Formats: sequence, C-alpha cells, structure tokens
Amino acid sequence: MSSAMITPAGGAREALEHEEKKSLEAREFGFWIYLMTDAVLFALLFATYAVLAGNFADGPTSKELFDLGHVAGETALLLLSSLTFGFATLAMGEDRAGRVIQWLALTLVLGVCFLAMEMVEFYGMIEKGAGPDVSGFLSAFFALVGTHGLHVAFGAIGICVMIGQVMVKGLTLPVRSRLIRLGLFWHFLDIVWIGIFSVVYLPGVM
Amino acid sequence: MTEQTERDLTSYLTGFALALVLTAIPFGLVWAELLSGPAIYVVIGIAAVLQVLVHLVFFLHLNLKSTPVENLFFLGFAAVLIVIMVGGSLWIMIDLHHRMM
Repeated sequence: MSSAMITPAGGAREALEHEEKKSLEAREFGFWIYLMTDAVLFALLFATYAVLAGNFADGPTSKELFDLGHVAGETALLLLSSLTFGFATLAMGEDRAGRVIQWLALTLVLGVCFLAMEMVEFYGMIEKGAGPDVSGFLSAFFALVGTHGLHVAFGAIGICVMIGQVMVKGLTLPVRSRLIRLGLFWHFLDIVWIGIFSVVYLPGVM
Repeated sequence: MTEQTERDLTSYLTGFALALVLTAIPFGLVWAELLSGPAIYVVIGIAAVLQVLVHLVFFLHLNLKSTPVENLFFLGFAAVLIVIMVGGSLWIMIDLHHRMM
C-alpha cells in the first residue's frame, strides 16, 4: 500500500519494496518455525494418546465409539479443503481477486462442515456417557482431536479475515504474504489429520 | 494461464490424487477387514508416512532446490525432536507396562 501512495524517486521506491519483501520473507520463516513447534506439540499429544489408548477404565471402548464412515467423511472434507485452498493460491498467482475470494469461501464452507461433523461426533459421545472425564483413553482422545479441531476453528476465522482483507485491500504484497502463511497453516492441519486417522481411528475400530 | 500456474495446478491435482489413494488403501483394508495382526499396522504406518511426504511436496511445495535451506533445517530439527520425545516416551511407558504386568 505504501509504495502506491508515496512516489519518491525510482531508486528509493525500489529500495522500499525490497525492504518490504525482505520483512515479509522473515515473517514467513517465523511462521514456519511456529508450525514446527506446533508439530512437536501435536506429536506429544499423539504420544500421550498412544500410551493411554488401551486404558478404558471399564468405560466405553474405542471400537464401540468410533464410526469409520463418519471419519471417512471428515477426512474427505479436510482433504478437499486443502485442494480448494491450493486453487485459491493459484488464483492469487494470476491476480484474480474475485476467484481467490470464491475459492477461500468454498474452503471455509468445507472447514465449517468438518467442524460441524466433529461437533456432532463429540456431542454424541458425551451423550452416550463417553466424555473426557470417563477414562484415560477418552481424556487423551478429546485432548488430541479437540486441539486439532480448535486449530481448524482458528484457521476458519483466519479465512474469514483474509476474505475481508482481499475484498477491502486487494491483493497487495502484505495480503499475499498473509494468504501464503494461512495456506501453510491449513495444509499443516491436514497433515496432522493424517496422523489422527492413522493413529486414533483406524487402529481404534479394529 | 501461465506456465508457472499450470505447473502448480498439476502439482496440486497430482498431490490430491495421491493423497486420495493413500487414504483409500488403509480405510479400505480396515473396512473390509482384509488384513489382521501386525501387517495392517505396518500398512497404515507406511501409507501415513507416504501421505505426509505427498502433502509436504505437492501442497506445501517443499523441495531441495527452491525451499530456503533454513526451513528444511527446522523441519529436520523438529523431526529429530519428535523422534526423541515421542520415541523415548513410548519406549519408557511400554517398558513400564511390561514390568507392571
């Protein structure tokens, strides 16, 4: 935005743009470090779950609680949303703000559907008397899957904010950088979900 | 459509197709109860690791040429931390479990 408003001599403007690019690159690197620390956090929740997965404490077991079809639906929604976010990134590369907003909106719908399915699952489990306070298995389950759900919820808020920014500010350099970072976050959450269905749900129903 | 966008589009679609296959294999096997015992866990594990790599390469566009070396360094560092902490925790807890039996 700043480069459009002030018009100093060519050299100075170029220097400003160069500075802005460099600072945005630094932010992308910082965000990458955050993602790696988040990966460590999730890895430890996975370890906690793996240790406690068999501790049913005479409560409901994973085989009674998990529904493979439901999980397949959640997986499909999240994987599709990763693809639609990719399409939004592609539209950004082509400078088509309208398309970016459309793809982001579709990603948001898919993300919200995922959250709705997860809420239905959690609510159904608590109704059946399988809340997080029942056994070590359920505490670890709600901690791990709930943390992922919370991340998806924050990602959905982020998508809302970015739709607003693309509408109001257009595809400026800072907006592009924020979109790229949000994309990294969204794809990262899909990677965590791979771990969740491979460690929690698939072994849980066998 | 520029050449760059076309390449990226192919990358996303390839990644999506591969991810779909790598998800369908473990889900299908568990659904149909085709395998049992340790074999099914091995298949689920391999499919998961491959799918994480597919996501990193095709969605996060990690590669050895254009990705800054610092990013790869931190990815490797996080991987080492995870192996030590998760592997160590599981080792201790499983060992403890055996001794308590």
